[in-house]
Amino acid sequence: MSILEHNGAAIIAMAGKNCVAIGADTRFGLRMQTVATDFEKVFKMSNNVFVGLAGLATDVQTLRNLLKFRLSLYALREERDMKPEAFAALLSHLLYEKRFGPYFIEPLVAGLKDGDQPFLCGMDLIGAPVYTNDFVVSGTCTPNMNGMCESLWRPDMTPDDLFEAVSQCLLASVDRDAMSGWGAVVHVITPDGVTSKRLKGRMD
Amino acid sequence: MDTGDSSYSYSLTTFSRSGKLLQIEYALMAVSEGKTSLGIKARNGVVLCTDKKLGSKLVDRDNVRKLESITPSCGVVYAGVGPDYRVLVKKARKQAQTYKLTYGEHKPIRGLVQDAAAVMQEYTQSGGVRPFGVSLLVAGFDDDGPQLYQVDPSGAYYGWKASAIGKNFKNARSFLEKRYSDEVELDDAIHTALLTMREGFEGEMNEHNIELGVVGEDRTFKILTPAEIKDYLDEAN
Repeated sequence: MSILEHNGAAIIAMAGKNCVAIGADTRFGLRMQTVATDFEKVFKMSNNVFVGLAGLATDVQTLRNLLKFRLSLYALREERDMKPEAFAALLSHLLYEKRFGPYFIEPLVAGLKDGDQPFLCGMDLIGAPVYTNDFVVSGTCTPNMNGMCESLWRPDMTPDDLFEAVSQCLLASVDRDAMSGWGAVVHVITPDGVTSKRLKGRMD
Repeated sequence: MDTGDSSYSYSLTTFSRSGKLLQIEYALMAVSEGKTSLGIKARNGVVLCTDKKLGSKLVDRDNVRKLESITPSCGVVYAGVGPDYRVLVKKARKQAQTYKLTYGEHKPIRGLVQDAAAVMQEYTQSGGVRPFGVSLLVAGFDDDGPQLYQVDPSGAYYGWKASAIGKNFKNARSFLEKRYSDEVELDDAIHTALLTMREGFEGEMNEHNIELGVVGEDRTFKILTPAEIKDYLDEAN
């Protein structure tokens, strides 16, 4: 009965060769009741950094606004985009600042570092980071997603292969979770730009 | 800034009828009475140099330090009132650590300069305080390459290729103008710094009465030891 599982979410971030992908389901529910099927959980923070926010929907939106605010200030002050490493550090800092009254969010950060190297990072709700080279997942069906990712992830995938892998992992995982699903969105970040696609899953 | 005592909390720095801020001009005079400091930006680094002559030969010169680092890749030196400088160094270091704690990376040089300048500006407009009696030379190396900045008591800051502050700064600056080239290497810049410093130096310059600091492509600001300074001095002779 965790508040983290009040609204439901499934988010996967995965690394390929010089590319990363992040995908999420689009369900917004109140416990077992589905309220909306077009809810955004993954947000573009800059040209090469995306963040996925799984958890309490009100905090998803609050944190998205806060991050956008901090990023805009940073861009004005420093006249440059924030690197994914710095973004993850900032997010971790913001979460730990609320150590004793946290945002109920378990976020993922996906981006491209200098030299187009993939950057993946996951956190718990008080900002303890974990950095990975292959994939990270967050949401209400993490066992399913971890299992799917372990099966489908391969080193050095092309952007197209990566899109396919993330999409299949997501769709298969949410079919065995009542709290997430109802379509998905997948962003693939490459040095040449971002491609975003909407997926239809089992819409029931 | 709240000083806690409202009846004395008017700023001392007010406009004169001719439109000048006299307190700031006085602060600048305090700076130009101070020991000379200079900096040169080379193609692959920056050098800072300062006059460390002391009031008495009984002072233990090993315990006097004018160059300070703010982050591993940024160093600073001053001309003017020493204790004021130490306050600014302390504030700058705290701001740099706050940045590091938030973003997990070193604060960019420009950010350090902007924030130090903001503090100095605040002290020209707040009640119960006086402006800082120092100008700073800030040297560093970050993603934007080698950089040299000067910050004045008014809070104004400028980026320089080479600059001098303190006593004799005008002569030193015109000497630097003649000597400077954009392609200069760090070792040659150190050489030029020593020559410029010697131009206006009262008495014999040696490894104990000057300080040298360099930051190169390794992005590490290093304060040179007397032995290292001596090597450069021998080269310059």
